[in-house]
Amino acid sequence: MNPLLLSHFTATSCIGLGLNQTTTSLQQNYSGLAKCNFETVDLDTYIGEVAGVDSVLMPKHLKNFDCRNNRLAQLALEQDHFSDAVRIAIDKYGTDRIGVFVGTSTSGILQTELAYRKLDPNTGFLPDDFHYSGTHNTFSVADFTRQYFDLTGPAVAVSSACSSSAKVFCSAQRMMKVGLIDAAIVGGVDSLCLTTLYGFHSLELTASNACRPYDADRDGISISEAGAFALLEHAPDNLNSNDILFLGGGESSDAYHMSSPHPEGLGASLAMQAALDSAGLKAEDIDYINLHGTATQSNDAAEGLAVERIFGRKVPCSSTKGATGHALGAAGALEAAICAITLQNNFMPASLNTQQLDPNIHIDYLLKSRENKVSHVMSNSFGFGGTNCSLIFGKAS
Amino acid sequence: MMTSNVSPILSAYINGISLIGPGLINWPDSVSVLTNKTAYQPQITTIPTPQILPATERRRSGELVKLTLAVGLEAAEAAGQDPASLACVYSSSSGDGKNCHEICKTLASEDRQLSPTRFHNSVHNAAAGYWSIATGAKTPISVLCAYDASFGAGLLEAITQVVADNIATLLITVDTGYPEPLNHVRPIPAAFGIGMVLSPVKTQYSNVQVEISLCNGSASKLSNDKLETLRKTIPSARGLPLLAAIAQGQTETITLDYLDHQRIAVAITPCK
Repeated sequence: MNPLLLSHFTATSCIGLGLNQTTTSLQQNYSGLAKCNFETVDLDTYIGEVAGVDSVLMPKHLKNFDCRNNRLAQLALEQDHFSDAVRIAIDKYGTDRIGVFVGTSTSGILQTELAYRKLDPNTGFLPDDFHYSGTHNTFSVADFTRQYFDLTGPAVAVSSACSSSAKVFCSAQRMMKVGLIDAAIVGGVDSLCLTTLYGFHSLELTASNACRPYDADRDGISISEAGAFALLEHAPDNLNSNDILFLGGGESSDAYHMSSPHPEGLGASLAMQAALDSAGLKAEDIDYINLHGTATQSNDAAEGLAVERIFGRKVPCSSTKGATGHALGAAGALEAAICAITLQNNFMPASLNTQQLDPNIHIDYLLKSRENKVSHVMSNSFGFGGTNCSLIFGKAS
Repeated sequence: MMTSNVSPILSAYINGISLIGPGLINWPDSVSVLTNKTAYQPQITTIPTPQILPATERRRSGELVKLTLAVGLEAAEAAGQDPASLACVYSSSSGDGKNCHEICKTLASEDRQLSPTRFHNSVHNAAAGYWSIATGAKTPISVLCAYDASFGAGLLEAITQVVADNIATLLITVDTGYPEPLNHVRPIPAAFGIGMVLSPVKTQYSNVQVEISLCNGSASKLSNDKLETLRKTIPSARGLPLLAAIAQGQTETITLDYLDHQRIAVAITPCK
């Protein structure tokens, strides 16, 4: 594919609001995970909560969108002058030539969970202030983003569980290639809710302490929330050396099981190879892989095998979920931003909380951060239903 | 950077079609209804049981999964294609509404313990995942939602994939309703699904060539009032004017609903 420029990007998660805080946290090995005290949740687990989401004030004309997920979206859009960059792009291209592609897994479902506690005792109806299309519906966060900027181009929510906001890059790239749009806002927003906390707990996939990716004794995920966005434009001829490019994307399906990855990571391998092919790169061209690395037994074992199959032990890899937790449908976009930070700072982040690397996984896994020239990085995102997406980013120089 | 304010026209062949809805059993039977040769008789949507899904998975899956499989399989078969060979775009306005209701009910109760199956069925891509497991398709699947614009968003993503990557793509758009109380705020009156295989090349199975572009204006309506009600009340049924035009076998341009004031124009040229 022709490279696309990430002309602007931003990330908000439990390790920071915006890129400066996120970069500092990564460099200082800061984990944003803490014991769960979200809402009325009574589970013994750690989560990654974004500070200040509750106090976000949404514009009056968008009050029907008011819920935790869209507040988090707005909080993220307002970091790093991202919304200013969108407005400049609107002046350049027009409101109808900028697409919106937002990945989310659960959208504003928390609003519905809370509303179910307040059903009318006589009619059984949801409370009057419940607004389905603005909060519950999967599209709501993409619709909010579109209306926040008064955009009139194509807009869609991509909702393939934990690959959602990686796959937005691929969908946007295709639409830019055929000329339906000139630029795209791609991103991911997922927020804490009871469905995912109790749901992953029911599958015995939540860690009792902060998650330990690729550790021999890893015991599950730490659920978190995040919002991350990038503005994609066609790469101009005169790039700056630190400009970040989206170079290739690969997508596949496991065709294996709803909630377990293929044990040998076959679908993951297909996605990684497809991303390399899409970027016109070879395995040895990749300097760092930001792994999906959820810290479940099955994910890390399968992904480790897949990475070993394609890259051997030669490529430094880490999962940053020990720092950020697993932001589910927002993980792809968050980790795309982390990849961009990695490229701009020539810094490969360590895996936090990992004490002893699983001896059965044979890859160059980073228990300590490493500083080295980084030119090309890969980011992996895999999800329930056997959905896989790998993205490759590079530096312009 | 050169930019163009002219929306491009994206061209593809539709090589296989499927349709399941209330009183609409499949595509071949629906042609006479959509051409007004047979009277439309609304009935509860009949969804065939997908034998292709392993028995364990079949037990765990609901109406939306069965509808997805039936719609996808009929379209792939009509296009003469192995379903495992097709990239897929799956679009639905709301996912499995009954499953969502049960989860919210449990989480509002004293005992919040969820069933693991309920949870993994709650993801919007659950039906797409079952599709991949049942058919063995390791191909990419885009899983989308655009509320009432879900059909248009799916069609746009599918034709974009055909043109951008030069590959045949199966579009599956499906909706099923919610139980109360969600039904009250989001009524979807019947299970409904449309499938089609869009291809960059004409084959012996090709029904029509389509040229798709973004436009403004009003959406094409259906002459039958009851079918028009389906179009207006079920997001995936927003595609019915396209199917009606294909059934009628005329060269014409129709307009489909998409977002707010945006529409999708489809210029249709029959192949047979």
